[in-house]
Amino acid sequence: MFSLPALLYLSALLFSVGTYGVLARRNILVVLMSLELMLNAVNIALVSFGRVHALTAFAGEHGGQIFTLMVLAVAAAEAAIGLSLLLVIWRRWNTIDLRQLCRLNG
Amino acid sequence: MIPELPSFNLPVLTLVTLTPAIGALLLSLVDRNNKALLRQGSLMISCLTLLFSLLMVANFDNSVGTMQLEESHSWIESLGINYHLGVDGISILLVLLTCFSMPLVFLSTWKAIDDRVKEFHIALLLLQTGMIGAFVSLDLILFYLFYEAMLIPMYLIIGIWGGRERVYAALKFFIYTMVGSLMMFLAILYLYQHAGTFDLPLLLERLRTTHLLDANQQFWLFSAFTLSFAIKVPLFPFHTWLPDAHVQAPTAGSVVLAGVLLKMGTYGLLRFSIPLFHDAAFNLQPLMCWLAVIGIIFGACMALVQNDIKKLIAYSSVSHLGFVVLACFIPNVETITGAILQMVNHGLSTGMLFLMIGIIYERRHTRELADYGGLAKVIPLFTIFFLIAVLSSIGLPGLNGFIGEFLILYGVFKVFPLWGVLASTGVVLGALYMLNMVKKFLFGPLVHAENRNVADLSPREILYLLPFVVMMVWIGLYPAPLINMVKPTLSLYVEMLKS
Amino acid sequence: MDINLLWIPLLPFLGFLINGMLGNRFGNKFVNAIACGLPILSFAISYAAWSRLISEGTELHWNGFPWIWIEGLVEIPFALHLDGIAAVMCMVITGVGSLIHLYSIGYMKGDPGYHRYFAYLNLFTTFMLILVLGDNLLLMFIGWEGVGLCSYLLIGFWYEEDANCAAGKKAFIMNRVGDFAFLLGIFLCLAHFGSLDMSTLTDATAISALSAETLSVPLLGSVSVISMIVLLLFIGATGKSAQIPLYVWLPDAMAGPTPVSALIHAATMVTSGVYLCCRLMPLFEAAPAILAIIAGIGACTALLAALIAFGQNDIKKVLAYSTVSQLGYMFFAIGVGAFSAAFFHVVTHAFFKALLFLGSGSVIHAMHHEQDMRKMGGLRKQLPFTHLTFLIGTLAIAGVPPLAGFFSKDEILFAGYQQGFLMGVDSAALFWGISFLTAGMTAFYMIRCVALTFWGESRVDSSLEGKVHEPGGWIGFALFMLAVASIVGGFLNVPEFLGGHATLGHFTGLHGSAASHGAAASFSPEDLHAAEWKSMFLSLAVAGSGLLLAYYCYGKGHALRTRFTGSGVGRWLGRLSHRKFYVDEFYATVFVRPFETISHLLFILIDRILIDGILVSGSALLTRGLGNWFRKMQTGFIPGYLLTFGCGVLLLIYMMLSLIQQGGAQ
Repeated sequence: MFSLPALLYLSALLFSVGTYGVLARRNILVVLMSLELMLNAVNIALVSFGRVHALTAFAGEHGGQIFTLMVLAVAAAEAAIGLSLLLVIWRRWNTIDLRQLCRLNG
Repeated sequence: MIPELPSFNLPVLTLVTLTPAIGALLLSLVDRNNKALLRQGSLMISCLTLLFSLLMVANFDNSVGTMQLEESHSWIESLGINYHLGVDGISILLVLLTCFSMPLVFLSTWKAIDDRVKEFHIALLLLQTGMIGAFVSLDLILFYLFYEAMLIPMYLIIGIWGGRERVYAALKFFIYTMVGSLMMFLAILYLYQHAGTFDLPLLLERLRTTHLLDANQQFWLFSAFTLSFAIKVPLFPFHTWLPDAHVQAPTAGSVVLAGVLLKMGTYGLLRFSIPLFHDAAFNLQPLMCWLAVIGIIFGACMALVQNDIKKLIAYSSVSHLGFVVLACFIPNVETITGAILQMVNHGLSTGMLFLMIGIIYERRHTRELADYGGLAKVIPLFTIFFLIAVLSSIGLPGLNGFIGEFLILYGVFKVFPLWGVLASTGVVLGALYMLNMVKKFLFGPLVHAENRNVADLSPREILYLLPFVVMMVWIGLYPAPLINMVKPTLSLYVEMLKS
Repeated sequence: MDINLLWIPLLPFLGFLINGMLGNRFGNKFVNAIACGLPILSFAISYAAWSRLISEGTELHWNGFPWIWIEGLVEIPFALHLDGIAAVMCMVITGVGSLIHLYSIGYMKGDPGYHRYFAYLNLFTTFMLILVLGDNLLLMFIGWEGVGLCSYLLIGFWYEEDANCAAGKKAFIMNRVGDFAFLLGIFLCLAHFGSLDMSTLTDATAISALSAETLSVPLLGSVSVISMIVLLLFIGATGKSAQIPLYVWLPDAMAGPTPVSALIHAATMVTSGVYLCCRLMPLFEAAPAILAIIAGIGACTALLAALIAFGQNDIKKVLAYSTVSQLGYMFFAIGVGAFSAAFFHVVTHAFFKALLFLGSGSVIHAMHHEQDMRKMGGLRKQLPFTHLTFLIGTLAIAGVPPLAGFFSKDEILFAGYQQGFLMGVDSAALFWGISFLTAGMTAFYMIRCVALTFWGESRVDSSLEGKVHEPGGWIGFALFMLAVASIVGGFLNVPEFLGGHATLGHFTGLHGSAASHGAAASFSPEDLHAAEWKSMFLSLAVAGSGLLLAYYCYGKGHALRTRFTGSGVGRWLGRLSHRKFYVDEFYATVFVRPFETISHLLFILIDRILIDGILVSGSALLTRGLGNWFRKMQTGFIPGYLLTFGCGVLLLIYMMLSLIQQGGAQ
């Protein structure tokens, strides 16, 4: 189907988009979404590697896929916690703008 | 057949060291409003400690110069840290001094401290364990533990029960001392890395037989240890924490600080810095001796211009302990004997002076010399006791102060006449600032009306001052028992340094 | 019966303890009994020891106990020893001391510090006896500093007045300066002799063994050990015995009660420097160069003090300067090798100077504590007995035969004459000249003092009219006893050319002059006797002319005096003398004030600014400044942190990769 480099390019592109979102956006919700994007970029890379190196991989035949499932689970948990934190923050300060949420400013 | 009696081997040193700490634990169970019980209890605990320390003296063999009453148990085996205690001629008098002065200190606080009595007494008892432990431990880590353990109660005593600027003083005290001891801790670890043990006698043996450290390493290790102790002494120019700490500390704190805590510095020099790294000590001898001599003269000059009585006495400590440091770095049997006696004597005379200033502070709530004058008429008994303490401090022959100063100055003079002569000027200057203070404090016209009704010493106050006077006269006229206790150790010590 | 020497100092010490602790509970009678009884008892023991010494010739010794004793290194016992010199000194101290104790009963009556006074006085006696009896230099040093302490306490006895305390403090510190040198001398002795026992320090073989050793001293170059020891001990003595340059404390010490001035600052304590020299005679004789210095200092002190005494109006100040002057005589005698004469003068001086001080005390007591001679005059009528005894003392100090001072002073002057002219030592001749002049001046200022106080018109304040009475009782008794001693005291040591046996000199074993032993024994007895006669007539002549001159200046008519003080030079000299040659002011500006200023400056510059300001607060500020600077990185903006974090990760990856590459390249 697709060659490995092409898949990795896609993964890198997605990762960069995610990174940009995390660094540049001010809305926590968008930052969380960008974070998910970054995780999924990694997932693509893992699955691709898993396919190509299935027989020689250190983690076994289905290592890549297993890792991806793992990441998905973690991402789900993270999203749950992140969103609930988001809710609390909204209730407390009535904003989800990161630029205003800098109470640790020294 | 008569069955052999089991030898009655009490771990005396452990008893002496840990009794106050266990006492502190017990005190923590007492209701905080039961102040009388707290006071009597801590007095009794310290008396018990004194008793144990006398037991220690009874078991001490004057004819032996090596470590005695040793206790050694492995403690943290994986790191080679042992619970190793022992006394010899260098430490025994200091342990005795600590145990002797603590009951008197407790007695002196009965009226002075009325706020958080429980915490205060617990802190003092823990402090005592720290001090005794540091004097008797023969394992570097154990020593460091006790050495640091003293710091916290003292910090609290100054910071909580102190005067108006107590926080500044406590912080200064803490940071000054901490800087020094951290350096020492690093040096201890480095030493362990190279010599493979924390055990002091073993370490000495290894360092002496094999040349583990080159001159450069010795220099840095010596500097790290000595910095820590020099701050504690305090040696010029590390002395400025002392006047602040003394002025702000409550009476009991000042007494312990001047009486015992400062000796930790000179003891450390004698026990660790010099024997462990004696090549470096020898190379730095001129520097250290100059600092000591400058300290003697400079401290005296500073004492001359103080208006606060406690500050004056704090500076006099800088001057008096300069003698001890000088003696430590010109080691022969005379100087070191003198140094140890001087430590004890300084503890007695300065301790008593601080106690007495505490007494007058309780009555008048000022330490400014200008607020006094002409007190001799109002409080004659106080005057007599105060004069005795002053005379002991300025080294009047026949009282204790003279013995130490004489031996130190003679021993120094014999080897380095110049330093001997310079240091001897401290004796003249000592008379100058002390008598100046006495004149402004006790004599002259009674100008302030508030001083007219100051009460003279109460029986309780006489009770805790009298032991000091007895000791001063006794050591002044018959120091032979103390010298005999110390001498065998010192002969070996000096022998070891020479080899 | 065995005599335990310890009792001699111990008895007064018990008196001190009892009076000090219990004196205020019991009445004055109890205090009197203890304070006077115990020194008298100790006088009795001293007397017994003295007679034992005469009859059996055995010196007494008390072994005591080890004091500062480090086996094999420093061995200093607490031991007492009584030889001829010590026996005589003990008798003088306890004898004159007891009289002064008795006198004090009358003098101090009604003082609120009555028991304290007697406790101090007993303590002083204790320390003085330890000083005299101590068998080693360091034990002597206990007494030496101890008497200084008592002097401090007694000068400042009336401590409500600032001036009195200041005088006490000055005395103690001046003495400490001397003691500093004394202590160094002790160190040198201990280091070179290996012992401080008197027997070792005076041992001829030990001294000759050391005579070749030298020290290199900064400024002085190479000096022999013995000379250095002697010099240092002598400097110690200048402090205690009020010689140039440390004499200025003694006149101020007159702030104490008058009996104290008599006992401490005239009869006993101030002579301890001379006693030290006598006790260590062989050592001092081994350092002839230093002896010459001692002679010079002694003679100059005698002259300077006499000059100052001319201009004083306070009766006690005159006596104080006369004491300094007489002490100068004693040191002059030591300097010319006449130890026996010096010691003889110590004894006679104790008699007549105590008498003079007690006489002045009697006047002061009668005048309700007025000490200014300008407000006295004509007291002969109200105080006939005091006048008589005071006059006896005056004639004795002036050297009128056959009173005590004549013999001792004559011996001193002859010793100087002998060394200066018979042996041809130029410096000794010069110093003899000075002392000779001073002898005349002594007679002059003492008569001036008597005339101003007792003779002529009364200038007594009208409020005291009719209130001036002869104090009787113990005061009279003490004056009487001392007057008798001042009259007959000289016969203790009548020289051989006057038909005596020089008893005291033989008893103490002190050398009479540098010539009587060693080098110049070659004089024929005839030559010596002729010189002795000549010297005696010279000193009689100078004393006589001093007396006469004073009599015509102050006693009978004032023409001479007014003509002198009227002239410009006279006024200038009078002022110089009255202001004590501005020595106190000189010391204050050169030593005391600069020292205080420098201390202040150092305190502010080094402790406050350099250490606390720059180093301590500076490092605190530096830490705080760095913290403030780093704090800015903490923006609280999470994407910012992430960016930093990302950069860090990239950097790490880069480093890892480059490391791997390097590894691969190898």
